[in-house]
Amino acid sequence: MAGAFEGETVTRRRLMEGGVQLAGGVAVAAIALPALGFALGPLFEEQEPERWLDVGPEDDFNDETYVPKVISLVPQVGDAGKTTIYVRKFNSEKDTVVKGENPLPYVAISTRCAHLGCPVRYIQASQKFVCPCHGGVYGFEGQVEGGPPVRPLDRFYTKVVSGRVEVGKRFSLNSQLHRFPHPRDPSNHLDGLWQYLYPGRPTT
Amino acid sequence: MKLPTPPLPKALRPSPKRPGGGRNGKNGRNGPPPPEPTVKDHLVEGTATAVGWLDERTGATPFLRGFLYRKVPKGTNWFYTLGSATLFAFLSQAITGVFLAMYYEPDATRAYESASHITNDVFLGEFVRGMHKWGSSVMIILIFLHMGRTFFFGAYKYPRELNWVIGVLLLVLTLMMGLTGYLLPFDQRSFWATVVAVNINASGPIVGPYLADFLRAGAEFGPTTISRFYAMHMLLIPGLIVALIGAHIYLVTKLGTTAPPWLKAEKKDLITEEIP
Repeated sequence: MAGAFEGETVTRRRLMEGGVQLAGGVAVAAIALPALGFALGPLFEEQEPERWLDVGPEDDFNDETYVPKVISLVPQVGDAGKTTIYVRKFNSEKDTVVKGENPLPYVAISTRCAHLGCPVRYIQASQKFVCPCHGGVYGFEGQVEGGPPVRPLDRFYTKVVSGRVEVGKRFSLNSQLHRFPHPRDPSNHLDGLWQYLYPGRPTT
Repeated sequence: MKLPTPPLPKALRPSPKRPGGGRNGKNGRNGPPPPEPTVKDHLVEGTATAVGWLDERTGATPFLRGFLYRKVPKGTNWFYTLGSATLFAFLSQAITGVFLAMYYEPDATRAYESASHITNDVFLGEFVRGMHKWGSSVMIILIFLHMGRTFFFGAYKYPRELNWVIGVLLLVLTLMMGLTGYLLPFDQRSFWATVVAVNINASGPIVGPYLADFLRAGAEFGPTTISRFYAMHMLLIPGLIVALIGAHIYLVTKLGTTAPPWLKAEKKDLITEEIP
């Protein structure tokens, strides 16, 4: 660009334009970046510290059938934060044990359907979980037996403290019932290469 | 020495004598005095003055003449009103939405109660909520009819492709309005429908789970999820819609509308080449 004198590479006009554009950019960024971070912040926040919830004495449960229990997953939102879970004792004959994993003393199945998150219901007569929304069917261990779900029903960690059963964090399983410590959203496949397309997030 | 007249405001200056009356007028020497101006005359004159004042300072007349008195092609028919109908559906949604916001409380423990309070207790609340609820469906139906008209009349072709693209963005934004608004009554149906909708978002590879986290403000449906949906529903998306409607209408005004496809161009308008 021709300058005011020989050898000038940037004219004063061009310098002023650039300066004004830079100032405007800084001003926009000063507003936009905090606003964006404000909206996207929850994506990178870790979940609340682990909570263990009491679901009743050991006598309430057996290893043949599920007992429904209501727990409060998100305490601040009233009824919307409550969810039903199905709990039974670990059954050494029926339950699959994955190599290298210690079986949990109790099996606590989440009612969140692995298709799109509708609440499933346990039918005692057929020993199956069925989903009312799109017809997902799960077997006794929560493994997929029919319909659109992509992986077995999620579970919760369990432990026994002085004769009472407590449930902790949610975890997801793939079709071999291998545990994934970061729970995934419904609709996320966890078998084979799929697990890398649906990574565990900071929030889970 | 004669001093110049002080610069009095117009209202205080003595008005010149009215022509035609008295013995001063050349022609009205013997005629009757003119009638006193009536209240109506004052009103008409006042309005004209006010409008003229605004017009002189804004240049509204040439703008409005170009904007409202455009030439339209032959064969323009009722199908061409679907866009305006959509616009009025949007305005109706905006107005009823503002009034619903005066009573609605975007809180997980209060949303359902405040929504049923609007329906059951507030004077005309049922009517306004009904207008907003059914109006949303009307708006989406009108958008699709408008889109169908544009498609089947070939009105998306050069030079109007950009307006088609803006229209598709408006369609997507309107569907997002439907999605975010569906949660707000916070009954069983809207809660579970939103759970399913968020999980459909989560089914996209890589970005899906993060998108779901963004919508829920976390991994679970939490205390700020409903306020997030509310803010998107009444501030973020409507703002974008208003901006894009502005661009949409600007382009319609600039490019004009198309004639229906069944009309053939008239002989005199055809560009022909004479072979010598």
